[in-house]
Amino acid sequence: MKILVAISNVPDTTTKIQFTDGDTKFNTAGVTFVINPYDEWYALVRALELKEANLAEKVTLIHVGLADSEATIRKGFALGADDAVRIDAESPDAYFVAEQIGNYAKTNGYDLILVGKETINYNGSSVGAMIAGILDLPFISLATRLDLAGNKATLENEIDGGTQVVECELPLVVSCAKGMAEQRIPNMRGIMAARSKPLQVIPASGGSPLTSIKSYSLNPGRTTCKMISEDNLDELVHLLHSEAKVI
Amino acid sequence: MAILVYTEINKGRVKKSSLETINYAAKIAELTGSTVTAIVNNADAAQLEEMGKAGASKILSVKNDSLAADNMLISAALEQAVKAENAKVIVFAFDVVGKAVAPRLAAKLKAGLVAGAVDYPAVNGNTLEVKKNVFSGKATALYSINSDIKIISLLPNSFPVKLGDNKATVLEFAPDLSAVKSRITVKETKSNQAGGTIPLPEAEMVVSAGRGMKGPENWGMVEDLAKALGATTACSRPVADMHWRPHHEHVGQTGVAIRPNLYIAIGISGAIQHLAGVNGSKTIVVINNDKDAPFFKSADYGVVGDAFSIIPKLTEAVKKFKANQN
Repeated sequence: MKILVAISNVPDTTTKIQFTDGDTKFNTAGVTFVINPYDEWYALVRALELKEANLAEKVTLIHVGLADSEATIRKGFALGADDAVRIDAESPDAYFVAEQIGNYAKTNGYDLILVGKETINYNGSSVGAMIAGILDLPFISLATRLDLAGNKATLENEIDGGTQVVECELPLVVSCAKGMAEQRIPNMRGIMAARSKPLQVIPASGGSPLTSIKSYSLNPGRTTCKMISEDNLDELVHLLHSEAKVI
Repeated sequence: MAILVYTEINKGRVKKSSLETINYAAKIAELTGSTVTAIVNNADAAQLEEMGKAGASKILSVKNDSLAADNMLISAALEQAVKAENAKVIVFAFDVVGKAVAPRLAAKLKAGLVAGAVDYPAVNGNTLEVKKNVFSGKATALYSINSDIKIISLLPNSFPVKLGDNKATVLEFAPDLSAVKSRITVKETKSNQAGGTIPLPEAEMVVSAGRGMKGPENWGMVEDLAKALGATTACSRPVADMHWRPHHEHVGQTGVAIRPNLYIAIGISGAIQHLAGVNGSKTIVVINNDKDAPFFKSADYGVVGDAFSIIPKLTEAVKKFKANQN
């Protein structure tokens, strides 16, 4: 029973977003990169819990990115992942990333592939379902619970207006959302062990991005907040109707 | 050539996000000189008529009770519909089903996907260019879809629904799914929608409250305000984590991301993780007793003061306004 956890290297949530090269590139200067929170808190931590419960033998990280993302991969080691594969390429779009991960998984055989529900930089929520499509595997999206018994997974996931409990035989691809597991802080032993865990670097195979980004723009913040006295809430309702036109 | 739109029926209605996507596809059809074919499962005559009014020229009407259980089956049915209609553009809503099906279909068809578009695309040669939010709502990126077949999933509530007097031609469509081996069994479904309430992702008005409410016993007044407005209630993460309110009401980066027309935040400080889930709202009203709460910087209207006195007064003001409207 082997688990593959796909992780993305993203700017920390509090990053001030800026662009460069005529607004065609994200400006990485001075930015702290982290494991995409959903990949870490939910997918990776749940994989580690399954291993600790002796339901999985090995947790492997996979990441598509250049050498500068290795610090992020080591953080995954510090949390407890056993080994990692870095596909040495930039990640131009979701399909390219999914194709790389799908190709690797196809030749190396995994029972469970976990991803976070979306990345906090491109918010596409796409890579997991694309991997499932490439490998012809079932896909459970936005899962909040994942339990294993032998070859069978029981999951709870989000549907329109509620949740459902499903069963599915492995192999399987799952996108993980809040509820799946809790964030962990790496301990000193983990951090020490992280330095010597095996990180394999392999070249990209094939590779055909289907989309490209032409330009970026910052979303305008709200410029002024009109303050209304609590004794004049009729005025607020009036403004919501006549100025904002929302009621 | 047609624009294919994936649509759904939920709780006896054509989903609002589906009507939005039909409208959206009609606009793309206009831009590209093509027509709109919608595909839907288990729709009745009235629902098919409504889809026509939204702008579908043709509807592929599927009757299959097992389809919804597995996105693999939906994707396979759509692959056949794409072929039958020679569709070059496929439109989804960026909702729970769209997020599971559109990327799988994209991988199958090697079709470029923009997930969460917020505007109409522009045609540029053989490409479509379309904007979507990136960096959790802090920025917008202009994407170019460069593949032969193109898929766009539209962020719900990006455009208001418009219905005209168009009538669609309805064709029965029976995809052959015998080759698809679904392994997913649904054991149980749990609804978290009280009767009559609009689900959060579809809601045009949301009243949300945080720790400032001091305890779950004080939510009655939040619900009263929501009821007066016709809004759906939501909450901040700490409130869901403390089990004051159910988890499905949690809006923010880790919870549900929403973009209603009106978002009223009461007793929520406005942490960046909360803003990431709500900053797409058209108008934001913040009510907080701390005049330095960061949320005021991201609000359109602010009221400083005690929530327990403001909420009932605001509810009365809304009721008075509504009474005068009638």
